[in-house]
Amino acid sequence: MAGERWEARLAGAGGQGLITAGIILAEAAVLAGRNAVQTQSYGPESRGGASRAEVVISDGEIDYPKVTGPDVLLVMTQEACRRYLGALKPGGLLVADQDLVDEVPPGPYRVVRVPITRIAREEVGREIVANIVALGVLVALTEVVPEGVLEEAVMARVPRGTEELNRKALRAGLAAGKGTAAR
Amino acid sequence: MSKPRLMQGNEACVEGALEAGLRFFAGYPITPSTEIAEMLAERLPRVGGVFIQMEDEIGSMAAVIGASLAGVRSMTATSGPGFSLKQENIGYAAITETPCVVVNVQRVGPSTGMPTSPAQGDVMQARWGTHGDHPVVVLAPASVLETYVLTVRAFAIADELRVPVILLSDEVTAHMRERVQLPDPGALPRGERPRPGRAPANVPPMVHFGEGGRILVTGLYHDPSGFWTEKPEEADRLLRRLCGKVESRREELTLVERWYLDDARVAVIAYGCVARTALRAVRLARERGGRAGMLRLACLWPFPRHEVAALAEKVDAIVVPEMNLGQVLGEVERAACGRCRVIGYHRVDSELIRPEELVPVLEGV
Repeated sequence: MAGERWEARLAGAGGQGLITAGIILAEAAVLAGRNAVQTQSYGPESRGGASRAEVVISDGEIDYPKVTGPDVLLVMTQEACRRYLGALKPGGLLVADQDLVDEVPPGPYRVVRVPITRIAREEVGREIVANIVALGVLVALTEVVPEGVLEEAVMARVPRGTEELNRKALRAGLAAGKGTAAR
Repeated sequence: MSKPRLMQGNEACVEGALEAGLRFFAGYPITPSTEIAEMLAERLPRVGGVFIQMEDEIGSMAAVIGASLAGVRSMTATSGPGFSLKQENIGYAAITETPCVVVNVQRVGPSTGMPTSPAQGDVMQARWGTHGDHPVVVLAPASVLETYVLTVRAFAIADELRVPVILLSDEVTAHMRERVQLPDPGALPRGERPRPGRAPANVPPMVHFGEGGRILVTGLYHDPSGFWTEKPEEADRLLRRLCGKVESRREELTLVERWYLDDARVAVIAYGCVARTALRAVRLARERGGRAGMLRLACLWPFPRHEVAALAEKVDAIVVPEMNLGQVLGEVERAACGRCRVIGYHRVDSELIRPEELVPVLEGV
């Protein structure tokens, strides 16, 4: 039978790097010796349009590959929050980009707001690494994979020459995640 | 087995093709199959192979046939609109008995449809897309690992029977990334082409262009010497032999997986990405005390009607969930032939069928 499933959905707009983030998270899980499946849904545009990545992590077999009731939902646009909040598992964790998501209706979930994109732009220096900042935040809050393994997965996936930028982004995200109290 | 790694379905197809000895790819990139062309453009030259992006899908199918006739394992990869364009030349491969592998990653159709979204609407096209009776084998993977295994198998079948083999994937299976451990190189049988002196029944030996023989390849009906003929008895003999190559091997081409069928009262018959939904739904139904099971089809054509007929004897009902309006459903009804109820479940809105929607269907029968 399928082992205990942990599900994450990363949702926002095309171009925010969420599919890459999903792949890295799944790769980190495999590096950590666990089973993982990553799927995605995106529009025909390369930028803009809705985009979502899904990751299922388990120690057993993963039969159905898509997310049904995520333990964690990351939203990087208001539209993604509106569309996917309802499916979040009761008691689940919502991580919202503080500057891009204004409105989070109250509900039976933990909400953490982090200025993910602003951290990427102002602290790290490039908005394009917001996805790596987001990964850091998610892993700091959930500990779903060890930080060191996540860093290894990030380094293996990012383009050569951008390692330092991405390492900085990951560490900024981890720090922001740890520094944020859940509401 | 290889070290565990996260791999995409399309990537597994590339690895399987290279393991099978692929040396020629001609194609025209199209979502959701593009990664196959992209990766082979990089990998094939490194193993002494050739990658060509042709002017369109018609030309790429023709090039694949040409390369195969010259003696190398060849394939192309496409999706709905491109698959439609390849059909004429798939028929040419069938009548000229040219081994080739055509990957069709299904997306929502008809026409341009929804390019980035999954569907299973090409099951009948894969069987009957080209005109005239003809032989074809269609394999449908349901996981990343199986995409690898069935790609290797597709080349083996294509060569051994001298037929076009369609690997019928779908956007979910092709774009999904899973943890896989690939079998060791050489672990899966690669098959070989019938050659003069060693050819199986119904399959003529193959001599390649450039080997010194005189070769005539024609899409016209031809006699065993290869020359065109209008003699009715020769025409009849050719078509019956072509189709018989596959029909007479229905049992060895039966690739099914049985899940919880021993005591099942209701069985799901599923394939491709939807089999993943179905397995979960069967397990959920079992947790609630239902006696559900699944027969998963990994080879759709030739259709395993003997398996379906035997299953229909045992169960009260068969449920066929598909991301189309009922293509395998009709085949199941035909094979079940009234022995049990057959119920279709269809979703054509571009979303993969969810387990929760299938459970009530299983429980309602």
